[in-house]
Amino acid sequence: MSILIDKGTRLLVQGITGRDGGFHTRQMLDYGTKVVAGVTPGRGGEKIHGVPVFDSVAEAMAATRANTSMIVVPAPFAADAIFEAADAGVGLIVCITEGIPVRDALAVVHDIAALRKSPDSGRPARGRPRLIGPNCPGLISPGLSKVGILPGQICKPGSVGVVSRSGTLTYEVVHQLSQSGLGQSTCLGVGGDPVIGTTFVDTLALFEDDSETDAIVLIGEIGGTDEEEAAQFIKRRVRKPVVAFIAGQTAPPGKRMGHAGAIVAGGTGQASEKIAAFRAVGVPVARVPSEIPGLVGELLERRRGRRASARPKSRHAGRSLAASRPARAAGPKRTTAKRGTAARRGGRRTATRRSSR
Amino acid sequence: MNLHEYQAKELFARHGLPVLPGQVATTPEEARNIATSLGDTVVLKAQVLVGGRGKAGGVKLARGAEEAYHAARAILGLKIQDLPVRKVLVARAAEIARELYLSIVLDRAAQLPLVMLSAEGGVEIEEVARVSPEKIVRRHVSLDGLRPYQARSLFRPLLADGSQVSQAADILLRLWAVFRDGDCTLAEINPLAVTPEGKLVALDAKVTLDDNAEFRHRDWNLWRDPEDETPGARLARERGLSYVKLDGDIGCVVNGAGLAMATMDLVKHYGGEPANFLDIGGSSSPDKVTAALKIITSDSRVRVILFNIFGGITRCDDVARGIVQSLEQSPLAVPLVIRLTGTNEDLARKILAERGLSATTSMDEGVRAAIAKAQEVFA
Repeated sequence: MSILIDKGTRLLVQGITGRDGGFHTRQMLDYGTKVVAGVTPGRGGEKIHGVPVFDSVAEAMAATRANTSMIVVPAPFAADAIFEAADAGVGLIVCITEGIPVRDALAVVHDIAALRKSPDSGRPARGRPRLIGPNCPGLISPGLSKVGILPGQICKPGSVGVVSRSGTLTYEVVHQLSQSGLGQSTCLGVGGDPVIGTTFVDTLALFEDDSETDAIVLIGEIGGTDEEEAAQFIKRRVRKPVVAFIAGQTAPPGKRMGHAGAIVAGGTGQASEKIAAFRAVGVPVARVPSEIPGLVGELLERRRGRRASARPKSRHAGRSLAASRPARAAGPKRTTAKRGTAARRGGRRTATRRSSR
Repeated sequence: MNLHEYQAKELFARHGLPVLPGQVATTPEEARNIATSLGDTVVLKAQVLVGGRGKAGGVKLARGAEEAYHAARAILGLKIQDLPVRKVLVARAAEIARELYLSIVLDRAAQLPLVMLSAEGGVEIEEVARVSPEKIVRRHVSLDGLRPYQARSLFRPLLADGSQVSQAADILLRLWAVFRDGDCTLAEINPLAVTPEGKLVALDAKVTLDDNAEFRHRDWNLWRDPEDETPGARLARERGLSYVKLDGDIGCVVNGAGLAMATMDLVKHYGGEPANFLDIGGSSSPDKVTAALKIITSDSRVRVILFNIFGGITRCDDVARGIVQSLEQSPLAVPLVIRLTGTNEDLARKILAERGLSATTSMDEGVRAAIAKAQEVFA
């Protein structure tokens, strides 16, 4: 199983008629994502790469039963697009758009949190929406579905979950993992903004509960305290091995390093603190990206060795390393994945915590 | 974007916050005229976007226009943390009985605005925060803002006088309006002074604006002072590139902020010193590459230029074309090391090969080659 997206993902693209929207729709279709609808106000009735365009998310939902939305509209309209998707009952909203004002992001994030708490509070929406981003590359479950702008060809199906605040640095790490024979269950970019919908902690919980994720790579960067919170969460709740990397060790304080959220301000958000936080809870931190595959491989080996000796009857026992794992499409879980469940389930933690040691 | 004090006070005044009258001067003569019109004793404050102005001699009191002239002359000749002082704020001075601290800042972890206030404002507030954090009151604000009674209850423990509590509460509510309507990520008054007559007044003002909100604030552009930016920084902003100058000699051109930071870190890891952070962004055209090279070569310390491109949305052939195009326009005086992987990598290699250039596929290799080249130049 992957997290959040799989073969049951039915995607609508808000902003499909734009340059980026059209380009990435093509890319996602080629990857095998079921792109069922596009939305651009005033452009209903058109088709982009064969995908029907609607004037509103509600219309698109009614006609196509989409369960996931990707947002690639310009920043001034992005918050409205997220509200519209949430109100129409979209389960998973992935906002790629960069440059959304913090004030708008706060409004959206609080609105979605309120909907998740009480989905039937007189609002038109009935779902429990989850927002990923803004300012993120989206996510990919290799071989199953891609929602976002990550290059599909560098990914490989497998059992490593990757979560990151960055775009191209994620590609770099995923590429190196794939080259080392370490495939991925899902790669997810949470976004480079200071206020985001899904955090490291949220994603770690999903990976921990995902039966086909065996190890997690977390790629953090300077700014904020999400990595420190992730370290505490790992200590409390994550049994699977985690390897971390933090970008920005040489970044000067007070300067924004590209991402709106990547800034050391008032002494907090430094790389050294984040690295120390992970090391304090026993999470190895790679010094350079090229160390990551080695660290992951080592931890997986140890974990499998331990599991094989302790629980020979386990369904995971004796499974080979991710490197030589058979294509996941052949696995029994693939075909039974219920349509849209992953996205609809949203953030609800699955009840089945496996004893994974 | 950080505002100068005089700009932040303009913003405050627009929202009805009590600030003392004053104007900004760029010459001692202007300062003299402003002091004459203000009458009384004036305070002159260097307008540079760094802390520690007072300790650097950038803040002076002057009685009368002549004193103001001389004080302005001294301040306008200063350099504070390497920044030359080009403007000085001349404002009416106030007598101070007490100094409070008040700010609203975005708390990222809580995803809410945070009000902070303290009875011990003034220049040592950071020391107070470090040594006795309990002296700073912290209170999160819902996105709907504060009610007046909430604002009053925050100040009641700090101020004995009822009228002062009302004034302070009013100031907090107005500061909230500055913060929310102005799309700030920080709005700070330090000190928030209480005069001997019991009046509260904002003696300093610090504001950070959320750059992402500029599309709904046309006036922000007027606040941007071109002379505050280096030519490189200005070109970067105009072309939509993220650029931060550092002190090293290895110029870095990278696509994506995370990868750009990781590249700097890797340069350092292998014993080199990065000259800059530069993110050419996602969908990069050849023109962006040309601009990036122009920015980096304007830094005379750069001994080698390293391209680290992971093609995804960025197409490697676009980057290669940009490199070739810039070399045609103006040959580089420093060696070039190129790392390319991803979308249209083979085509990029072909374009580079036609110009006698080659590229590695590994980030580690690219960084090490760049460091070796920098040392060669040095030797």
